[in-house]
Amino acid sequence: MGNVFKGLLAVIAVFTLALMSACGGNSETSGEQSDGSGDGTVDVKVGVISWLTGAGAGYGEAITNGFELANTEIKEEGKVNIELITEDSAGKQEQALSSAQKLMNSENVSMILGPTLSTEMKVVAPEADLNGVPIMGTSTTASGIPQIGDYVFRNSIPESLAIPAAVSSAVEKYDAKKVAILYGNDDVFTKSGYDTMKKVAEEQGLEVLTTETFQKGQADYNAQLTKIKDTKPDLILCSALYNEGAVIMDQARKMGIDVPFVGGNGFNSPEVIKIAGDAANGLIVATPWFGGSEDEKVQTFVDKYKEEYGNEPDQFAAQAYDALYILADAIERAGSDDRDAIRDALAETEGFEGVLGEMSFDEEGDIVMEPTVLTIKDGKFQPFE
Amino acid sequence: MLLEQLINGLTLGSIYAIVALGYTLVFGVLGIINMAHGEIFMFGAFMGVVVTHTLQLPLALAFLVAIAVTAMLGLFLELIALRPLRGKKGVSHLAPLISTIGVSIFLENLAHHFFGAGNRPFNTSFSQLSIQIGSVTIYAVQLVIFAIAILLMISLSFWLSKTKAGKALRACAENLEAASLLGVNTKKMIMLTVIIASVIGGIAGVLVGMAFNSVTPQMGLSMGLKGLAIIILGGMGSVRGAMVGGLILGLSETMIVVFGESGYRDAIAFIAIIIILLVRPQGLFGQPVTEARR
Repeated sequence: MGNVFKGLLAVIAVFTLALMSACGGNSETSGEQSDGSGDGTVDVKVGVISWLTGAGAGYGEAITNGFELANTEIKEEGKVNIELITEDSAGKQEQALSSAQKLMNSENVSMILGPTLSTEMKVVAPEADLNGVPIMGTSTTASGIPQIGDYVFRNSIPESLAIPAAVSSAVEKYDAKKVAILYGNDDVFTKSGYDTMKKVAEEQGLEVLTTETFQKGQADYNAQLTKIKDTKPDLILCSALYNEGAVIMDQARKMGIDVPFVGGNGFNSPEVIKIAGDAANGLIVATPWFGGSEDEKVQTFVDKYKEEYGNEPDQFAAQAYDALYILADAIERAGSDDRDAIRDALAETEGFEGVLGEMSFDEEGDIVMEPTVLTIKDGKFQPFE
Repeated sequence: MLLEQLINGLTLGSIYAIVALGYTLVFGVLGIINMAHGEIFMFGAFMGVVVTHTLQLPLALAFLVAIAVTAMLGLFLELIALRPLRGKKGVSHLAPLISTIGVSIFLENLAHHFFGAGNRPFNTSFSQLSIQIGSVTIYAVQLVIFAIAILLMISLSFWLSKTKAGKALRACAENLEAASLLGVNTKKMIMLTVIIASVIGGIAGVLVGMAFNSVTPQMGLSMGLKGLAIIILGGMGSVRGAMVGGLILGLSETMIVVFGESGYRDAIAFIAIIIILLVRPQGLFGQPVTEARR
């Protein structure tokens, strides 16, 4: 009995020590931070929630790389000093929410960037809005996101804008009348893409021959594709993320399906070419981001990104990069790290020139910009004509 | 077109069956479910990617490398996660299950670290080869997968029932202590079992890479769960059960897409399993449990 008691005491003592040392560490770092300001620059803590482990970690990697690259440049300019605090959401709603709560309550951030998925945004944004913390999605393209609240923004064009642009270009060029639709039915993003595709197909009077679904991380699409092949469509509308999408195209081409694919935003990545190789030819997407553009700003960004991370930036990296610049611009105008001041300054953003083109926010906080329609030809993305 | 879909289903089913063979072997001898099997399978697939795509070496070498690497993983699995827990007093019978889950999480993240998060291509000219019979296209890959599945099943059954090592293995499965008393080197037999199961998983990995060109660090989980479902369907510890169960699952998944809704693919496949188990609780080829295991 006495031994047990002693043991308990020892455990409690160790815990207390650990707690004390943890607290000590905290107060030290926060002391350092407040010392840093005072030379005219605005110090701001910005929380980043990104999908860094698991199936979609590729997106999180690109997004956080985009933020970091932008932040290094912004720091060099010296007007705004942003401290990025990155949390992993693992692509899960509950983890995204707890990360957001941690960032807002313990880290006391002025602003949140992310999370990666629309699914996650739908739970995180209401919470941020309630707490009066501005939040900007850089990759959340499902409908209804900026409408969640006054503090919710996004700089990624919604699928409802990008997909119709891609579909109508493809229909015009190939004189398509019959289409097959293939989409991932276990993700808000790909499902919302499907809803848009269905609507566009109806509006354009296209005959939908068959609608097939798949799930995230599936390896074998032969059954769905054989069925699609049998219906002989002029076009295949495919709402998929690039990991699945590239494999679908690869298996489709091997099977002898050679009609063009029209994809959504998630399909738009150089990774598609890397994974599917020649099979990726004939993919049509509408996108805010075109890395092959001759624009000087775009080329400097691409070169810098390649130098830093060893691969071409995709749309997600570019959107993240621009998001941080938009934010820095807003913070500069706001002149403080006050959440409301930053929100108001963000809402006033108009005609901002980034690597994606000219961007403004409408009164709901949604992005206003022109998408470019691209196609993969000879193993690279080219403007679709 | 139906014929092509049948072939698709058989290919998928053969792969499921090979994965399930690895599970059933370990369960048959050790009575534990090896949750790391899916991840070992994934490593096999990545070895295929490294050999054929990164190093541009021939496919046959991919099999050899995958076999070697997964055999090593099996050895480590046995030495690190299974043996320390075996035969100790007070160790819960669930402990090895948990420790293999630990290994699976470790392996998944290791693959993530080494190979990145995304899908990796598996480029081999072999996967383009096909035979055209009328309107039906059959791929060489599909034939190879089916052949390897059948070959593995036959040789495993033969090995288990006819050879001395196989008999020793079955003795271990029956009763570890009695086998040990009768002069069977149980330690060696168990290690051999885990290694063979892992190698089978590795071969399945390369086959999946070849057939579907889709290799990610997460592929182990879904394949692992399917494998588990199959051995429950076919009967725990039964080689024939794993084979037939795998083919049933693969074919039913494909046929659901053909005749109905692709969205219900997994749901209907698993509902079918539940129904079969209601009729035959011990699985298709399982023996009804008459006495408690050792």
